[in-house]
Amino acid sequence: MSLNILAVDDSRTMRDMLKLTLGQAGFTTHLAEDGEDGLAVLENLDPEPDAIITDINMPRLDGFGFIEAVRKINRHRGIPILVLTTESAQELKTRARNAGATGWIVKPFDPEKLVRALQMVTG
Amino acid sequence: MNTPNDPMAEIRATFFVECEELLESLQDGLQSLENGETDDETINVVFRAVHSIKGGAGAFGLEDLVEFAHKFESVLDAVRSHELAPDSAVLAVLFQANDMLNDLVFAARNGDDIDKARSARILETLATYIDSEDASDDDVPDFTPMTLTLDFDENSDEDPADPKALPPLAELADTADGMALPESGTSGHDKTQDGSPLNGFVIRFEPQDSLFASGNEPLYLLRLLSEMGEMSTFCDASALPSLKGLRQEKAYLAWEIILETDEDESTLREIFDFVEDVCTLTIKPLEHSDILAMETRQSAKRKSIGKKPSAGEDTQQSSPKAEPPANETDNIPAPEGQPVPAQNNPAVVPADNKPAPNRPKASKTKPTVRVDLGRIDRLVNLVGELVINQAMISQSIQEAGLQANPEIDNGLNEFMQLTREIQDSVMMIRAQPVKSLFQRMARIVRETSADVGKTVQLRTEGETTEVDKTVIEHLADPLTHMIRNAVDHGLETPQDRRAAGKPEEGIITLAAEHRSGRVIIELSDDGAGIDRPRVLQKAIEKGLAPENAELSDTEIDNLLFLPGFSTASEVSNLSGRGVGMDVVRSAIQSLGGRISIHSVPGKGTTFTISLPLTLAVLDGMVVEVAQQTIVVPLSTISETLMLTPDVIRSLGTGASVVQIRERFVPLLDLGAEMGFRAPLESYVGMVVLLISLEDESQMAIIVDMIRDQRQVVIKGLEDTFGRVPGVAAATILGDGKIALILDPVDVVENSGTGDTDIPTNLSLAG
Amino acid sequence: MTDSTENLQTNEIELLTFRVGDQEYAVDIMSVREIRGWTSATPLPHAPSFVRGVINLRGTVLTIVDLSERLGMGTIAVRERNVIIVVQTAGQNIGLLVDAVSDILSLPLSALQPPPEVPSAGSNSFVSALTIVKDRMVRVLDLNSALPCEPLEAT
Repeated sequence: MSLNILAVDDSRTMRDMLKLTLGQAGFTTHLAEDGEDGLAVLENLDPEPDAIITDINMPRLDGFGFIEAVRKINRHRGIPILVLTTESAQELKTRARNAGATGWIVKPFDPEKLVRALQMVTG
Repeated sequence: MNTPNDPMAEIRATFFVECEELLESLQDGLQSLENGETDDETINVVFRAVHSIKGGAGAFGLEDLVEFAHKFESVLDAVRSHELAPDSAVLAVLFQANDMLNDLVFAARNGDDIDKARSARILETLATYIDSEDASDDDVPDFTPMTLTLDFDENSDEDPADPKALPPLAELADTADGMALPESGTSGHDKTQDGSPLNGFVIRFEPQDSLFASGNEPLYLLRLLSEMGEMSTFCDASALPSLKGLRQEKAYLAWEIILETDEDESTLREIFDFVEDVCTLTIKPLEHSDILAMETRQSAKRKSIGKKPSAGEDTQQSSPKAEPPANETDNIPAPEGQPVPAQNNPAVVPADNKPAPNRPKASKTKPTVRVDLGRIDRLVNLVGELVINQAMISQSIQEAGLQANPEIDNGLNEFMQLTREIQDSVMMIRAQPVKSLFQRMARIVRETSADVGKTVQLRTEGETTEVDKTVIEHLADPLTHMIRNAVDHGLETPQDRRAAGKPEEGIITLAAEHRSGRVIIELSDDGAGIDRPRVLQKAIEKGLAPENAELSDTEIDNLLFLPGFSTASEVSNLSGRGVGMDVVRSAIQSLGGRISIHSVPGKGTTFTISLPLTLAVLDGMVVEVAQQTIVVPLSTISETLMLTPDVIRSLGTGASVVQIRERFVPLLDLGAEMGFRAPLESYVGMVVLLISLEDESQMAIIVDMIRDQRQVVIKGLEDTFGRVPGVAAATILGDGKIALILDPVDVVENSGTGDTDIPTNLSLAG
Repeated sequence: MTDSTENLQTNEIELLTFRVGDQEYAVDIMSVREIRGWTSATPLPHAPSFVRGVINLRGTVLTIVDLSERLGMGTIAVRERNVIIVVQTAGQNIGLLVDAVSDILSLPLSALQPPPEVPSAGSNSFVSALTIVKDRMVRVLDLNSALPCEPLEAT
């Protein structure tokens, strides 16, 4: 199934990689450079993306703040959000979860697993 | 230069470009920290820079880089969380790490070897700032390239759900609200009677409220499980309140699942990886009795559903037992949190979701495109051809002697305008702020000062000044050498500085600015200034200046630029590189630049480099000298005037001056100087171009006539011919002929005439 | 010309012969980029006498060497039929001003003889081989020594 994904990462390298990976899986990718950008892009996406992938450490609005903001928007309450993180530290996972993250992917990500994870959370 | 069909190589290239930017913000941030700006955002920027480098490096399997960045990041994290104050000792380490990170990035890009010993040394120092707990917390192995493992073992260690493991399903049956009373002798499931060992698991999956709040969907998980083998499910709705009490964000249902599969437990747990902390999950190996119990309960439920039709059917969470997934989807109503038709309902963002006001330092980067430099060069060349072509057309039209035709004139003017704008825009593509160059110099200052045991502060000004990329690239080497000199020779030792009543910390200032179409780069130190008696003595010893020479201060200072003037005897280990200021000067000259020196004893020395903004085009005055067409850079001409008998004064020795207002300016016959003709008897009626030299003195260059003033495309001569004295480059004129572009200052210096600061005998020494 | 590569394989060489003064010279045709008519060159100040100046060769600057002067036979008095042979040597193009182009010869390599050891250097030091064609002596120019790869820098 082709999915619509919003990917939020401040690193151009990561955005390129996500776009490539998701593109190869036949997904459509929308990119944003930080949390605020992500919210802006999300607002303009209709229908809403099937899932969101977001980095944590970003300028302006970080991943935690971004997820919290997304969850506060009624129509996006149920959207799956995967967190991209270089840390597997439990503390970060807990913070992401408390913010409303659906799951996490540890960077560097294995393209296959990323795609599988997306398929999993989107059904 | 990557082929488009290798996207990974392209991304890798992107990564290194991004690294350069990140390294720049890192350096900036550290600089700000050093200047006492220790606000959170500054520290965040620094942290993020290293963090992003680590992230990208991991993706490309650059393990040295990852390892180093990781430790570096950990220390920065400590600074970020205010566990570690960024005092000067810490900053020194951070700067060291910054330099090392730079090296590692470039080594990774070029496939060079790295200085492992140095890296290890710095890592060790970094490690002393990280408490061991932190260090082990998020350990490096996470970044093994391209091997994301949703690692079961590690997760299970941390699994908070484990301690509260629920009793096996069979026991649960009793407590299951009467919905799953055992019933014996249900329909023949072969396996229930079979004595053979079963492959599979019994799973109890009890979502907590937060599972739904985090966008997870139990149905999807169950579906994935069902794909692993044969599955039967029992939905435990015992916690389900009456319809009235239902709250959509609460989790009421639990599932008991029997999964017959050949997969192992870790694969199974992977499915629950995202939800392990928001559900209660128990997994145990499947036994025959489990199957029996399940069948019992399923049939019991069928009965009970008959009695309570409303329960479960109306809730979003009533996920029935696993049937073929495709059917499931259709039957499941959308969760209540799902979108209302969006077209009728523009997303209403609560006020508190408004983006936070921008922090100035974290301003959003403008969208950029990466372009291969070769393509830009090609574009620059093409535009150059266009400029020449436009000039040719103008000339042809003029020569055709057409009657005045406003349409042609207007069209031509517009064409010129457009050409000019295209030219400017293309040049802007190549322009880059000098910041990156200055940052490199900051490092040279740090390294050199450490080597010679001096404390030096580098101040930079005008970092945003933009210059053609090529100019910047070619400036790095000469500037590096000059910085080394400034630290090594320019600044005094701390003891001497103290004795002179100066602060021990020396200051080196690197400044850039645009001034009348050129870039001026100034390098100053607040050291002792040039020791002129010593320089002069040295020059005399080396035969570069005549014995008993009486030279002005400026003349002595300029001795430093002479080839063969080596200060090797007083030079520490740093300099023995055989590079003198003469090499610096010729490097600058080959860029169409000039360098001058100004020194005040006890106060310091300033080197001023003046450079063209670009190496591609130039605004020039087209003049004619002895039938030759020559272009003089407009930026060097301060004034033009016609020679009348009353302004020319002969100095007797064949030299003449021209009186301009209150000043007498030496005259220079360009035609004779270039060897195009013998000096003339009289210059009356000819034109002089008043040239301002770097040292503010002036020279009047005589030409036959002024033809035009226009932008010309610079064509290098050096590739084919090497440096021609007095000539900066060549250009192609409208008639297709080549005209030389004059380097007026070089002409003057080579002429040995007049009141330039270069003594005749010295300029000949080269 | 079309089978020049084949000729090379069969130990043949193709030479472009031209006249400088009253002497016949040749260069390996593989090093010739193009032949063009004379256009007046822009003189370079302080350049050696054999450098006639520079011309515009489709947007690039081409240095013109007066071969006659270089070979010690005096400057060529330029006339209409003078030509510039653009040759590539040491990775860069240089224009050779010669009196006229004569011919294209295809010779077996064995027809080339080493130049005799003449004590006086003169123009012979720029000659890498000699051959006789129809009773005329043709000197094969050694481009690398005639046009030193060091830029012909003014002193």
